[in-house]
Amino acid sequence: MTKVFIYPTNSLILSDLIERFGHTPLAMMGQVHEKITTIGIDSPPLNITPEDPKHGLKYAAVEVPAGVRGRMALVGPLIDEAEAAIIVDDAAISFGCMGCARTNELTKFLARDKGIPVLELVYPYSDAEGKEFVYKISDFLKSLPKE
Amino acid sequence: MSAHEDGTITKLVVISSDSVLPIDAALEVYESEIEITIKETCFGTMVTGPEDAVNKVVEKVVALDKNHIFVKERGFPPGDDRRCRAGRGGGPRPGFHFLRNEIGMLPIIGKALDDYDNNVPLEKIVRPEKLKVSILKDIIESELTR
Repeated sequence: MTKVFIYPTNSLILSDLIERFGHTPLAMMGQVHEKITTIGIDSPPLNITPEDPKHGLKYAAVEVPAGVRGRMALVGPLIDEAEAAIIVDDAAISFGCMGCARTNELTKFLARDKGIPVLELVYPYSDAEGKEFVYKISDFLKSLPKE
Repeated sequence: MSAHEDGTITKLVVISSDSVLPIDAALEVYESEIEITIKETCFGTMVTGPEDAVNKVVEKVVALDKNHIFVKERGFPPGDDRRCRAGRGGGPRPGFHFLRNEIGMLPIIGKALDDYDNNVPLEKIVRPEKLKVSILKDIIESELTR
C-alpha cells in the first residue's frame, strides 16, 4: 500500500477513494488524533500549542507568520511521509480550518517539489466531471505499487 | 489509515444513499454487538473505539450500499469539548462547512463509482473555452457606445 498525501488535507471524498482503491490516505484527521491523544502540554480550546510553530520551522522560515508554521507542524510531517499525492484545486471551501491561503500554497508547493507522483484535479460539479474525477483517481491509484 | 499509538480510532460514516438511512447504519452497528461507541448524526454516524472493532463495524455498514456510503477518519472523538456544539453554545462545529460541501458532491461521486463498477467507458468532456480578451473588449465597447 502506498501512502498518499491528500489536499484538501481533511477531504472526505479523497480519503474514502484512496482507502477504497487499496492505499493509505495521509490526512489531517490522523495527525489531529495523534495530537489530542498524546500526553503532553495541551491548550484547549486551541489545538496548536506554543511548541508547534517551533516544529514548523522545519518547513517555513522564522519570519513566516506563526499561523503558517503552526499548521505546517501538522501538515509537514504528512508530506515527509508521502509516497504519492492527490491535489484537488479550486476548492471554494478552503476556509475554516483549511483557510490559510499561504499554508495551502506552501503545502501544494512542498508536495509538488518532493518528486513523488502527483495527480492534480479540480472538484467535480456535474455527473460527467464526477465520472472523470473518479476514473482519473482510480487510474492514478492503480499505477501506484500495492506492496 | 495508519494505526494510532493509543489503539483507538474515530470514523465518520457519511450516508448518501437512496436505500440506506442513518438509522439503518446505526442499527447495523447496534446489532454487531461489538463494544464501541456510536453517535447518530444528520449525515450518518460517528463510530469510535478500538481500531480493529471500528474497522470491522464500518466495513459492515459500508456493505449496505458500498458506492453510496463514504468513510473518513475523525481526529476528535464524539462529544469532545473542543468540538461538541453542546459546550460551545450551538452553531456549526469547526469543519462542518467543508463536510457539508463535500456531502453535496457525494451523489455525483456515488454515481461515478457505480459507472466504474459497471465498466462504463469515460466520455470526453467538452469544457467551455475561456473568453478571449478581444471578444471581451468588443462587448465592453458595444456597451459603452449604446
